[in-house]
Amino acid sequence: MYLTKEEERMLEGEEGYAVRKSMEILVALGEIYGAERLIKVSSVQVAGVSYHNLGDAGLEFLNELAKDGKVKVLTTLNPAGMDLENWRQLGISEDFAKKQELGIQAFEKMGILVSCTCTPYLIGNLPRYGEHVAWSESSAVTFANSVLGAKTNREGGPSALAAAFVGKTPCYGLHLDENRVPDIHVKVEADLTKFSDWGALGYAIGKKAENKIPYITGVKDAEVDELKSFCASVVTYGAKPLFYMEGITPGAERWPLPKETVTIEKRDIQEAYDRVNDEVSDIDFVCIGCPHCSIKEIAEIASLLEGKKIAANTEFWVATSRSAKQLADKRGYTAIIEQAGGKFACDTCMAVAPLKGRFKALATTSAKGCFYSRQNGMKTRMGSLEECIEAAVTGKWR
Amino acid sequence: MEMKGRVIFKGKAEGEALVTTQPISFYGGVDPNTGEVIDKDHELRGQSVKGKILVFPTGKGSTVGSYTLYRMKKNGTAPSGIINQECETIVAVGAIISEIPCVDKIDISKIKTSNRVRIDNGTVTLIKN
Repeated sequence: MYLTKEEERMLEGEEGYAVRKSMEILVALGEIYGAERLIKVSSVQVAGVSYHNLGDAGLEFLNELAKDGKVKVLTTLNPAGMDLENWRQLGISEDFAKKQELGIQAFEKMGILVSCTCTPYLIGNLPRYGEHVAWSESSAVTFANSVLGAKTNREGGPSALAAAFVGKTPCYGLHLDENRVPDIHVKVEADLTKFSDWGALGYAIGKKAENKIPYITGVKDAEVDELKSFCASVVTYGAKPLFYMEGITPGAERWPLPKETVTIEKRDIQEAYDRVNDEVSDIDFVCIGCPHCSIKEIAEIASLLEGKKIAANTEFWVATSRSAKQLADKRGYTAIIEQAGGKFACDTCMAVAPLKGRFKALATTSAKGCFYSRQNGMKTRMGSLEECIEAAVTGKWR
Repeated sequence: MEMKGRVIFKGKAEGEALVTTQPISFYGGVDPNTGEVIDKDHELRGQSVKGKILVFPTGKGSTVGSYTLYRMKKNGTAPSGIINQECETIVAVGAIISEIPCVDKIDISKIKTSNRVRIDNGTVTLIKN
């Protein structure tokens, strides 16, 4: 891989430990994946924040980097393992909280915005069409590549940090137009009638287009919240972190229709529900916000919950960014949700909080949420927001 | 016998080879406190990678595995060198942050467990069978 004089000096350690380690990582990845050079990135999203995933090893490494590492570009953070303010109310242990705080302090020292959200594009980290970025967090990577038309590989935590300290990433994979060509034409012949259908569609397409780039036709309309749910699902269940949706996402018109064609019918959507749903009726956990709720979704939750009460043996969480919560506070949505017995889980989510063994059965609107909650030992139910609120209020899935 | 590969992390290491034909997931697959392989489905289960030249085709699993290698290095339970057929992101990043000599593009079928092996940057030498 070609390096400029300046890059060579970084690799030799002229800018200190963090930049040298970062250059070693970027050069090795560049060599492995055949990059010819490094390219500038305008922003970074760093995953691997929860102490649940980092462990003590990860913490040690972050502290090492934080000694002299400072990010060179706008850098935002993925959700942590807990609400950074309200962790006690969510049942997080003192020990976990202490370790998590150490990790957050290290990130802050590096100059990273402690945004703690998987929806950086909703809180000000918003690349334009064609812009190169280095993001981790698969749902955000898919949103950036597909809905925004920015260009990023699916980074891991350390490679995203490396890009932030250098301000560059090796130019390979989805940074190159030749690797952004759709592989498979997905004809959607099913009507999408409720929000969770988008998660189900993501599941169905992810399975049929495993490791491919789908070119999706037949979808008539889509809201941003629906697309964000679809992004999380399609990449969790198998596709590459890039798709085109005719008439809805940018850049689709640049490519011919791929020859390989699959069809998604009503029964494929039903099968997706069958796969993510378990036979369970007693629900002790309802969580909305995977990816994190937008302010619009919080408003919908508040309007459905107004005047109701969450069942005694059920926890109801709204997972969102702190910025969205602050808007909700001002508008009164927070008060409505909390009066009903719901809790806000800012800065965190059901995929990265230490929830193993805490709940038996989850109801959610998110197909990705079901995937991670099963890893935490829960039975899962996916449905519309109305169905989830009903489950929260009655403690039962109908 | 000498084989030329590609340097993932530079350096020299020499020791006894521990060879597997199966990919390794360090996160959840190796105990960072002992260096023992704990993956129930792995043919190396119960064996320790500590101080060995660990020879395996490629990495797999969670990206957190990079941090597991780092932890092992700090605990003194890491392999002294890594030889891969085809290195991927998790092992590459792990070797770099832990400063473990690592080389790939090597025909690992030529190396057998308990062979004495030397890594010198991109060169792998079989010293003794």
